[in-house]
Amino acid sequence: MLQISGLHKSYAIGDSSLHVLKGIDLSVDEGEMVAIMGSSGSGKSTLLNIIGMLDEADSGDYILDGLPIDNLTEKKAAVYRNKFLGFIFQSFNLINYKNAIENVALPLYYQGMKRKERLELGMFHLEKVGLADWAQHLPKELSGGQKQRVAIARALAANPKLLLADEPTGALDTKTSHEIMEFIQQLNDEGKTILMVTHEEDIANMCKRIVRLRDGVIMEDKKVTQVRAGQYV
Amino acid sequence: MFRFLFDRDTWQEVFDSFSKNKLRSILTMVGVWWGVLLLIGLLGSARGLENSFNRLFGDFATNSVFIWGQSTSKPFKGFQEGRGVRLTLTDAKKVEENIEGIEFVVPRNQRQAKMDRKFLSGSFSVAGDMPLLDKVQKKKLKHGRFINEADMIAKRKVAVISEDIYKQLFEKDEKAINEYVLINGINFKVIGVFKTSNVSMGPSSDVHIPFNTFQQIFNQGDRIGWIMITGKRDFNIKQIEADAKLLLKNLNKIHPDDKRAFGSFNLGDEFAKVTGFLTGMQFLTWFVGIATLIAGVFAIGNILLITVKERTKEIGVRRALGATPFEIKRQIVVEAVFLTIIAGLLGILTGGWILIALNHFFGQGDEATIVNPSVSIAVVFIALIILVMLGTLIGLIPAFKATSVKPIEALREE
Repeated sequence: MLQISGLHKSYAIGDSSLHVLKGIDLSVDEGEMVAIMGSSGSGKSTLLNIIGMLDEADSGDYILDGLPIDNLTEKKAAVYRNKFLGFIFQSFNLINYKNAIENVALPLYYQGMKRKERLELGMFHLEKVGLADWAQHLPKELSGGQKQRVAIARALAANPKLLLADEPTGALDTKTSHEIMEFIQQLNDEGKTILMVTHEEDIANMCKRIVRLRDGVIMEDKKVTQVRAGQYV
Repeated sequence: MFRFLFDRDTWQEVFDSFSKNKLRSILTMVGVWWGVLLLIGLLGSARGLENSFNRLFGDFATNSVFIWGQSTSKPFKGFQEGRGVRLTLTDAKKVEENIEGIEFVVPRNQRQAKMDRKFLSGSFSVAGDMPLLDKVQKKKLKHGRFINEADMIAKRKVAVISEDIYKQLFEKDEKAINEYVLINGINFKVIGVFKTSNVSMGPSSDVHIPFNTFQQIFNQGDRIGWIMITGKRDFNIKQIEADAKLLLKNLNKIHPDDKRAFGSFNLGDEFAKVTGFLTGMQFLTWFVGIATLIAGVFAIGNILLITVKERTKEIGVRRALGATPFEIKRQIVVEAVFLTIIAGLLGILTGGWILIALNHFFGQGDEATIVNPSVSIAVVFIALIILVMLGTLIGLIPAFKATSVKPIEALREE
């Protein structure tokens, strides 16, 4: 599904440069659920952004589902993101003047799908996250957990190959976090490949594999026994 | 390519971003609205003035000059200076035959005379005129007709009187046509009553009688008061005036450099001054209107820049979800054009109302200073097209600003 080798990335800070990723090799198979862990500054977010094509590596190879990702123009990156990737953010990033169903249908809009079709498909995904009754509500009328579920529905809308989650539970309380994790595990059970950045051990243990980063290199990469979030709910 | 213009979402987005910042959007639109309002209002008023001007002068051949004899200021060919000069019918004929570019030469005569009817009387200026006068100074006849050729040949004692005389010599609602009035004790049959114009070209006359009749009863012989020369459309009336004067000096044995011998009034010249003024005013109108418009469009660009800055994060999210930079730019340009057009249409509408109000308060009646203040559809159309183009151009600035930030940086924005 995902092969990364020899990935380097540095940022220019004033005159000096900060070497954030120092040769990352990572391979993820279809159906995996991987937690990327590390303290702040370890490069985990940068790695996720490069995988998410929001950022580009200085050197190294990145192959997504057999497709080499290089020489990205803004337009190409946008099309790939739309087709292959679903994003879940810590702060949900819903568009505040659009209601739930419109938010979910937004990626489909950029695919050029007709309004009627994409609202139908959006509704299907909203039902899946259990928020069909909230379709016409604006984000400000939803709770944090509901917002994140709308965001997940949005990430699923375009049926991406890979779900990328950046601290998906970072802004939620423990109970809601577990609900969201339970849902993400369910998606993984259905076969979605999920890559998640987190710094919470209990959340990481709900994945099937943990990759630990420190100072831009992978310290540890191990399979773990998945803790089912359902047992806490 | 333009399918997105018919997409409900495109307009939903425009509407959303508009309604999120109502006050700011409205303040932005005020600039363009005001510009269009000024343009339409000023252009319409200028047109109204021009119309009223044309209405006043419309009955006159404006490309004309009056020439009359005075007295010489230089001795010439044995004649002393101070000799009185009077034009004759022969002079008029020679001018008409020899000067290039002349349309009509109308000899005229005029003098004061006492007029009586029953027990009413008054002193009025009586003019002896040819039927031709009606061609160069259209008389607005209320009743009856103007002098014709038959009147001339038969030297009929007929008179065309002004409305003012009618009021002074006739009872209210009395019929004037075929009634008789006395001019210097001679009976004249009234054949027409004309409306007095509020602009007079040359000396105003209250009564017109046939030229030949005038010559006979006032013993004028060949002599005439003045000639009115009308130039053809493409000829310069200044040149015609100079040519005519030179010819007349030659015919009357007057020194070619004698400036006093002939007096003249060049109507074309005066007319050109006024039309020049009107043209200047129109130019000023366009200048002010368009300058204001441009300022207004810039204000829209400015506001959109701020809006784009505020929406950085949202734009980042959209791009993460797969919006291409082109789609983002397109949306912002559509917003700019939309704001410009709405403001422009409001400006046209309110400008139209102002013109209607002007017409209502100043445009009624014959003496109106502003006649039919209006702007042609073509001008409105061109103004709209200019607005769309300016809106597009100015929208490109925030559009490029919006996509100049990388999506990753846009997402980090709080």
